[in-house]
Amino acid sequence: MLIAGLLALPNLYGESEALQLSRRDRALFDSASVTEFEGVLNGAQIPFDESFVDDDGHLWIRFSDVSNQLAARDLIQSRYEGQFAIATTFASRAPEWINRLGLEPMSLGLDLRGGIYIVYEVDVDGAVQQLLQRMERDFRKELRDAKVQYEDVTVSGAVTQIRLRDATQTEAALATLRKYDSTLSIEPGAEAGLLVAQLTPDQINQREDFSIQQNITALNNRINALGVAEPVIQRQGLNRIAVQLPGIQDASEVVRLLGKVATLEFRLVDTVNSPLEAQRTGRAPLGSRLYKERDGNPVLLKREVIATGEQLIDASFAPSQGEPAVSVKLDSRGGDEMLRTTQENLGRPMAVVFLEKEREQVDRDGQKVVIDRSKEEVISVATIRGVFSNNFQITGLSASEGSELAKLLRAGALAAPIYIVEQRLIGPSLGRDNIERGFKALLMGMAALFAFMLVYYRVFGIVASVVLIANVILITALLSLFNAALTLPGIAGIVLTVGMAVDANILIYERIREELRNGNSPLASINAGFERAFSAIVDSNVTTLIAGVMLFAFGTGPIKGFAVVLNLGILTSMFTALVGSRALLHLIYGRRRRVERLAI
Amino acid sequence: MEFFKRTPRIKFLERRRYWYAVSVLMVVGSFVAVGVRGLNFGIDFTGGVVVEAHFPQAPDLERLRDSLSDLGLVGAQVQSFGTAQDVLVRLPPVEEAAARLVNEQVHTALAAVDSGVDIRRTESVGPQAGKELAEKGATALLMSLLFIGIYVIMRFQWKFSVGAIVAVLHDPIVVVGAFAVTGITFDLSVMAAILAVIGYSLNDTVVVFDRVRERLVQMRKATPAEVMDTAINETLSRTLLTSGSTALVVVALVLFGGEALRPFGLALLIGILVGTYSSIYVAGALALDLGLSQRDLMPPEKRNEADALP
Repeated sequence: MLIAGLLALPNLYGESEALQLSRRDRALFDSASVTEFEGVLNGAQIPFDESFVDDDGHLWIRFSDVSNQLAARDLIQSRYEGQFAIATTFASRAPEWINRLGLEPMSLGLDLRGGIYIVYEVDVDGAVQQLLQRMERDFRKELRDAKVQYEDVTVSGAVTQIRLRDATQTEAALATLRKYDSTLSIEPGAEAGLLVAQLTPDQINQREDFSIQQNITALNNRINALGVAEPVIQRQGLNRIAVQLPGIQDASEVVRLLGKVATLEFRLVDTVNSPLEAQRTGRAPLGSRLYKERDGNPVLLKREVIATGEQLIDASFAPSQGEPAVSVKLDSRGGDEMLRTTQENLGRPMAVVFLEKEREQVDRDGQKVVIDRSKEEVISVATIRGVFSNNFQITGLSASEGSELAKLLRAGALAAPIYIVEQRLIGPSLGRDNIERGFKALLMGMAALFAFMLVYYRVFGIVASVVLIANVILITALLSLFNAALTLPGIAGIVLTVGMAVDANILIYERIREELRNGNSPLASINAGFERAFSAIVDSNVTTLIAGVMLFAFGTGPIKGFAVVLNLGILTSMFTALVGSRALLHLIYGRRRRVERLAI
Repeated sequence: MEFFKRTPRIKFLERRRYWYAVSVLMVVGSFVAVGVRGLNFGIDFTGGVVVEAHFPQAPDLERLRDSLSDLGLVGAQVQSFGTAQDVLVRLPPVEEAAARLVNEQVHTALAAVDSGVDIRRTESVGPQAGKELAEKGATALLMSLLFIGIYVIMRFQWKFSVGAIVAVLHDPIVVVGAFAVTGITFDLSVMAAILAVIGYSLNDTVVVFDRVRERLVQMRKATPAEVMDTAINETLSRTLLTSGSTALVVVALVLFGGEALRPFGLALLIGILVGTYSSIYVAGALALDLGLSQRDLMPPEKRNEADALP
């Protein structure tokens, strides 16, 4: 119980408005920047409570109300245009020692703190169609290159049919296409000269998964750039992605930003000229362009593009021979170009550039202006160690770099279209009202219940009330421990749980009264009451638990939140009523040598 | 304090025909209400756009309606929400591409009435997503009923089970009927409340049946109806107390929880009340009329007696 109390403690202090700043160049803040920002805010006469740098190198500034928080955000945004990602969020007001113990309050759901909830649907069928179209194109090209004459290549459903002009070339065609993709299931068709290639269910699944993963990665990248504190991006069901952005208010801006498409470019590195020189003069040599690597180092790349994200079929982190590697698969056109380039440039470095357009709203002379910021970043430079075409590996990375690169490559591949199917925006004032009303309902409900229990069961009523409070603390502690978000339905769940938790106590007390009426001694009645009520308590909770589990299994979003609290509450209320209440009663009556009567 | 100093001797089952009539009336009435009036589904299920706004002064709703239709937003429902200053605008579902535009137009229309308006909530659910949420809700409902049914059948002899299952079906139907009659918004949270109610209202039935089973074996000479009445009376105090205490906090939820929790709280409240009624009048009465007798509980049905005491 002590542990539960400790876990629940941070929730008592609540949270205050805060800004969380992270640097766009991914560097960390230090104490000097704290002083600088404090100076800036003081200069603008925006009051704040505290500012500090956390363990992850983010800078936090705490405010006592929303208007100061927003004023500070606008100030920092216009003064340091584009340097920082600024997130409006909450910081725990709990004293230092609690934070030091790693204890955190429950996070609040969007309906309590305000923010945006968007559900995207990924057009997975579209993604499969894309793949088929690319196959059709590549088949034509491969067959042409292999000098196999065909009449037509047609796609219908998941089946691609190739009609050859000359049936004797069937074997040659099969060999060519199997070489192009060894995982392909391709067989001679019913007629002579007809080949049938089919996507296996595995390949279709893989493609669908890929398109969803790719969109999740892309959304992740963009949301990180938005600087939202505690964003949640989850796959939901077969083809949905749910995004939760707490604290964000400008929905249309976010929707526009998240809808951006990223792409990739493979380019050769210009090894002749000095990138530092180019950076110093601000002029790139002829035929080259100046880029920056992720750590900020300049690098010169050739202007010619070898392949783009449109030609990328798949990229995955696949360690080979114990060494981390990213395996990349291009389509036929990209593969050809890659073959030519690698033949001519063996031993030279090649770079992968990631391109993405970002939008940011800045305050210019009192006017809000939207500026497009195109982000170009060299995400990898690797030496060409062999001649390869449409299937190759990038090695020489650490495991974490490898999986990061695979993610970025996927994000830059031709994206499957996504649509918004659900969008909810909750303003901060509604969030605050929801918290207040929810807790008022909880307090009033508990107060009414306590009053009733006290009148009806006297001392035992007090015990029941103490146990109920313990129950609420226990639920709070468990929610904090699991870091589950508290939502409005969650608060409703706590209220309902309190109402149902008292049931267990009533069952026990009624039974004790019955035992007393039958002329049993007080202590024996208490013991019998607990023992005999046990099965009824379990019984009466099983059915509610069944419904709760179904709610959890089929519910989404806030309903799941309700289900979590309901199920947790059923378990904790059984525990507190059977164990806690009994322990308390023993404390009160167990020590006395003779108990004449019970205050029940 | 005690409500029932002595175990009451109310003859619940003597007039069960009246109560059957009441129940049948409520169930049929619910179906008729749902059929005639329909449910006022929230956008969770229908898809659509909802904008909740708070005005500094009570706005002129007519003007708001005009300003919405001036912008070409057809089919907009405008109503006050809780207080006169709070307004809820609801629009039928739109295509995704148009959703942003519609949102902006609603905001414009609201600001035209009073520039100090505070947009508190904007929700937009596509028609497809709405259909799926409804399907998921229905699945959860059916699965709960199925599993609870299995549990009851495992736990009791079939005559009890039929009574309990009918009572369990009875409760959500009446709650849904009440929502159809009152026209209160039926959204996902109401669905969740109904599920919770199904689980909860069965508790009372289980406790009553446990007692019936115990007394059937003990009271050899009594008629099944007398046994049933005794069991209901013996557990009455506990049935009313537990339902009452839960209802007490749910009332707090309805009164203080704000507009967002009201439909949820009301569904719970109605559900708890109907559930208590049905475990007293429907479940037991049905088991009785299915010809429940001592013989039904003779071996092989042998259970630990302590297990059967509430």
